[in-house]
Amino acid sequence: MGESESESEAPKVKLRPIVRLGMFLISHSHLLSVVCCTAGVLTLLLLPLLAKNTYISENALMPGSANPMLSSQEVSEANGLVKDLTNLDLKPMASGIESQRLIAQYMSNLGAEVSFQKFYPQSNQFHPLHFFSSPDSATIRENISCSSYGLNTVGIIRAPRGDGKEAIVLVTPYNSEKIGLGEALSLGIAYSVFSLLTRVTWLAKDIIWVVADSKYGEYAAVDAWLRDYYIPVFSGLGIQNAEMCHGLEENAITERDMRDGFKRAGTMAAALVIKVVDRSEQFEDSLSIYAEASNGQMPNLDLINIVNYLAVHRQGLRIKVEKMWSLLNCKWLMILGEILESLGHLAKSLNPQWKFGIPAVDYVEGTATLASSLYYQALGIPTGPHGAFRDYQVDAITLEISSRVSSNNKGRQNDFLLRGGRLIEGVIRSVNNLLEKFHQSFFLYLLTSPSKFLSVGVYMIAFALLVASLPMVAASLYAHANNLDPGFEKNKSNHPASASDELGITLRSWKWLYAAKKVLVVHLWGAVVLLLPYFICQIPNCSPTTSFVVWVLLSIFSLIILFWILGSPFSYVNASQPQQREWALLKSVTISAAFIGLCLMSVINFATAEIGALLMVPMCLMAHPLKLDVKSRKLRNFSRVACNLALAFIGFPPTAFLVFKCVFEGFDGISVGDFWNWLESIWAWSSATYLYIGMIHLPCWILCIHVILHPC
Amino acid sequence: MAHLPRRTHSILLILSFQICFSTIFAVFGSVFFQEEFSEELLLKPLPDRKVLAHFHFETTAPPLSTSHGRHHHLFPKAIAQLVQKFHVKEMELSFTQGRWNYDRWGGFDPISSSNAKPPGVELWAVFDVPKDQVDASWKNLTHTLSGLFCASINFLESSTTYSAHEWGFHPSSGGLRYGTLPREAVCTENLTPWLKLLPCRDKAGLSALLDRPSIYRGFYHSQRLHLTSSESHSSGVESGIVLEQALTVVLQPNSHKTSKTFLSETKLQPSWSLSSIFGRKVTGRCVLAKSSNVYLQLERGLVTELENLQKDNAITGPDHIGSGGLKDNPGFELSVRPDKEFKEANILHRKSSSVLYEYSIERYSAFEPFDLGLTWKFPVVWLCPRAPLHSSRFLMGSGNQRGTIAISFISTDLEEGFLGANIGEDSCKLQANIFQVVPWYIKVYYHTLRVFVDGKPQAIANVVEKMHVSPSEDKVSPGVMELVLKFPCAVKSAALTLEFDKGFLHIDEYPPDANQGFDIPSAVIIFPNFQTSMQYLEDNSSNKSPMLLKFQEKSPVLSYTEILLVPLTTPDFSMPYNVITITCTVFALYFGSLLNVLRRRVGEEERILKNRASKKAGRLPQLLSRLSAKLKGKEWEPPKSPSTSSSFISSKLILKVLIVAGVAVFWQYYSE
Repeated sequence: MGESESESEAPKVKLRPIVRLGMFLISHSHLLSVVCCTAGVLTLLLLPLLAKNTYISENALMPGSANPMLSSQEVSEANGLVKDLTNLDLKPMASGIESQRLIAQYMSNLGAEVSFQKFYPQSNQFHPLHFFSSPDSATIRENISCSSYGLNTVGIIRAPRGDGKEAIVLVTPYNSEKIGLGEALSLGIAYSVFSLLTRVTWLAKDIIWVVADSKYGEYAAVDAWLRDYYIPVFSGLGIQNAEMCHGLEENAITERDMRDGFKRAGTMAAALVIKVVDRSEQFEDSLSIYAEASNGQMPNLDLINIVNYLAVHRQGLRIKVEKMWSLLNCKWLMILGEILESLGHLAKSLNPQWKFGIPAVDYVEGTATLASSLYYQALGIPTGPHGAFRDYQVDAITLEISSRVSSNNKGRQNDFLLRGGRLIEGVIRSVNNLLEKFHQSFFLYLLTSPSKFLSVGVYMIAFALLVASLPMVAASLYAHANNLDPGFEKNKSNHPASASDELGITLRSWKWLYAAKKVLVVHLWGAVVLLLPYFICQIPNCSPTTSFVVWVLLSIFSLIILFWILGSPFSYVNASQPQQREWALLKSVTISAAFIGLCLMSVINFATAEIGALLMVPMCLMAHPLKLDVKSRKLRNFSRVACNLALAFIGFPPTAFLVFKCVFEGFDGISVGDFWNWLESIWAWSSATYLYIGMIHLPCWILCIHVILHPC
Repeated sequence: MAHLPRRTHSILLILSFQICFSTIFAVFGSVFFQEEFSEELLLKPLPDRKVLAHFHFETTAPPLSTSHGRHHHLFPKAIAQLVQKFHVKEMELSFTQGRWNYDRWGGFDPISSSNAKPPGVELWAVFDVPKDQVDASWKNLTHTLSGLFCASINFLESSTTYSAHEWGFHPSSGGLRYGTLPREAVCTENLTPWLKLLPCRDKAGLSALLDRPSIYRGFYHSQRLHLTSSESHSSGVESGIVLEQALTVVLQPNSHKTSKTFLSETKLQPSWSLSSIFGRKVTGRCVLAKSSNVYLQLERGLVTELENLQKDNAITGPDHIGSGGLKDNPGFELSVRPDKEFKEANILHRKSSSVLYEYSIERYSAFEPFDLGLTWKFPVVWLCPRAPLHSSRFLMGSGNQRGTIAISFISTDLEEGFLGANIGEDSCKLQANIFQVVPWYIKVYYHTLRVFVDGKPQAIANVVEKMHVSPSEDKVSPGVMELVLKFPCAVKSAALTLEFDKGFLHIDEYPPDANQGFDIPSAVIIFPNFQTSMQYLEDNSSNKSPMLLKFQEKSPVLSYTEILLVPLTTPDFSMPYNVITITCTVFALYFGSLLNVLRRRVGEEERILKNRASKKAGRLPQLLSRLSAKLKGKEWEPPKSPSTSSSFISSKLILKVLIVAGVAVFWQYYSE
């Protein structure tokens, strides 16, 4: 009691508890940041343990409550279609239009409304200004030639007693030029379901079957159809019709239906993309679910749940989701899994109600699935044609049924069609039961297995822990840089603070503005770097490696120019008033910028932010000038130097990419061009990850390097 | 009073025996304003293998002045009271399930333009009251009807759901109100009260055919109630109240698994009979009905096809029962020989005219039930007459913020006969009226109206001839748009777009199942230049049935567009709980700290502290104050704050906690 009062008698300023807490955190920021970071990484590793079993949240769905109605009759009809399609493919003279006409004939025989939709392939041009804009209707259609168009066939069943406000979409992509057996089978499955649905009485929503012509890619075809559905262009209609190259001659009766142009049904409730792959090495049929759409958006978890439930409990299919296969053989992961398992056993022996242990094998599988789930969400590229639907807020997934089917084994093919058809029928029936749109279950989740998921509330913890240390460290750095010198002065001359001195203090307290300016300049440079590939793409005949090298050179060049133009006044000030703590201020501002950037990114694409935080947070926190470390020759300092260098190496996006590629895919055939290709695919899909890399990650890395090499 | 029903009865008896006398008596009857009831059923095969059944019941009541006060013999009293109380001049109420397929079931005949209705409930009424009382009358009417028909028509009472319009939908002089409930589910509970209005209910006569499971199994089901009264003081002619009840169903006859055959050449239309589509037979007429007839209509296209078929195979057996012009038609066979055959008076259409077979069911009874059957013998494919433009409406754009309503018209390749002689002229214009009501939460920007004709954007003034817009007012009234468009006759396709913003609703304005989205009711498209009227040539034109008279009326071709579903931003309805918890926490924190600040007097506290320091009071308070001082001082100088006592205390505390935890674990381990 005596000490505190003698220290400063006048202000018995009892600070607010929150301020005191903040000061406590800042003063212990080193310890806390280490604890937070390790806790964040540990939580990430623990996530497979925390995964919950999926459950069907919307009661109206009632999957599997009705017996499947699909019978062998529909299957035999579908078999006819499959046979006709494969025969068509064998014929040499069969043009692309033949198969569409055949499918349309089959559809209209069922009593469905049939229409064709013509579309032109769109080159994936990089439009720097169209990044976040919605799909543009006023697309420029250059060099349309008669031969180069795709033709989607669309069949619509109107629900007999429905009001036509909602629709369920079935998509079967197939290549009209070369129809494989798998594609023919996927059409067969869709056709069997479609023919059943024309007869059923329970239908409440219209059914749209889109047979997408994947001549120019599956996504492009589905996207073209959706664009016509949602953003039709009226002004070009007449011209388009006028230059019909070779018209589609149909029978008298079907012609009238087909000519009426684009057919529509109501708001889409859900969409299912059906694909069949022929995998001869497998013995049992399995089903892969792809759900990731652009920028890590996921469909409602209920949609995956229905498919999972019906496939596992009704049709006996094995469900798979994408995994990082190389992680399955990881030694350290296995050891970690075993440790966790034994911990779980120990906890269980202490209290039988504590059940958090899972078998080590499950843990490894869960981790592999989680890693791939994170990676594909972070990439921001849709994993199939379903991604096009998510752009219009329609829940969609791709079901890839892989089976060992050969055309000569009729019984097996029938069985396959029956099972696949019943699965699709069940899903459609569930969605048909739905009165409202999908809203009950999660939209933000990561899958650790087809029947286990992590909701946003759980996986956020890891990110929050990682990121939490950033503002603390930034604040403590700032406080140190500002407080230390004035503190000395204050101790020397207690009350008589002259006017000039005060001015000096205020000037010094605004010192961070210089650092902020530097950070801003570097971030601006990041934006410039982002735009450079647009110009590099214009260079003809450029291999990925050379473009990458050109890009790096141009980036360095622009960085130098920017520093020369904008950075010079800063160096002036620096020279006139050598400041010991300048690097600390710079680091503090860098860390704050990284924090803001990561938090923003976590809103747009959480997985990117999570992976970015894993790479960036340790790098930002560790950054320390090499000179200072080298000066004081201690083991601790040298280890810090080593850490700094390693983190800076792994933090650079190209090296990070290449290192991960080496680890997961092996060393053969690695070149820097791969990074360029990867980046190109990211911007072609206008993924936010591209922006993140250019605007947040790269500038932060540059600034960290700057701090490390700071001449103090 | 007592002798009146007997007279009606006798008239009906005479009617059944002597037709020539009946006309005289009918005239006689109409002079004395009797209540009359007639029942009719029209059957029509549709091109897409379905059958249309259209029941038409008409009840008339004489004007109040000439009848027996408030007493009625046949006319439902509930309706009569409703007319008298609310001064309803004209009213139409329809309950519909399913969508009318304008392409396949026709869009250019009296049935489609007056009986095809949008899904859900549609109600419009013209009142004969001063303008300021119209809304009150409407409110009362909706409540009454909602009670009468077991439906939630009372939701139409609020001003956000109904609209008054000028001229777009129905020509009237201001007293008209129009409202629809697209989401209303229609079922037997609505049909039963509707049937109760019939004098024979569904116990006898044609209405006995209405077997609930079979009519609700159909593809389209619309029950309609149309009311006209001219009890008004203003109009000179008084014809009393005419209540017209119509039920239109489209049914699928049970085909014998013909779906296996794919090629359309072998596609025979399914044969049907009354008992196969309704599961019942007509066991006699309703004895109270003045006339009770069943008609079978063959469409123009079908007749043409049949005539072609007849020409093709000229050698046909003489045993075909078909009569009239298609006496020996090879296409189909009727199980019952029709009593009469009418041919459409065909002035405009040169090709061929539709044919109507009449069956009077007065001679049928329970022992000899009437069961009309139609058996197809040759596959016939024909097209139904369609409206000049096929109209459809859809939403464009995605997201929760804004969107676009688009109405598109596509020409249906009219036969040249429709447009008649003026096809060659340049000034030929095709007129289409659009009447559209949009709820207020869809904020339509009417200035964004854009018109495209044949793929080219057009100036509004070139196409829109007349326009009346009353913008929506939030939570008060819906937006109404009435347009008169004039397209060139050679138009292939046309489109209209209107942009809108999606509004926010208050939490208690959300309906149940709000996540489904919100409905925009159907727009009405009217082609006033095209009249649907079917005039049938008859031998005695004086004795026309009410339904055929109705068909003769010239009414413009009218079609309804689709209902649209707009997803609006919907809150998470479990959110209020979260919000309440969070706000309560925030408020508690806020008020706590505020009270803390307000209560504190800094000077006073300092004084007390000083006093305490000087006093050196008892041991415990001193310890406490020392502790608090330490906590306070700790942050100020971190290097020197940790005093021995505090660290000692904390380590002791940690030790204690550890011991307790260890005991607990030990206990847990050994207790098992």
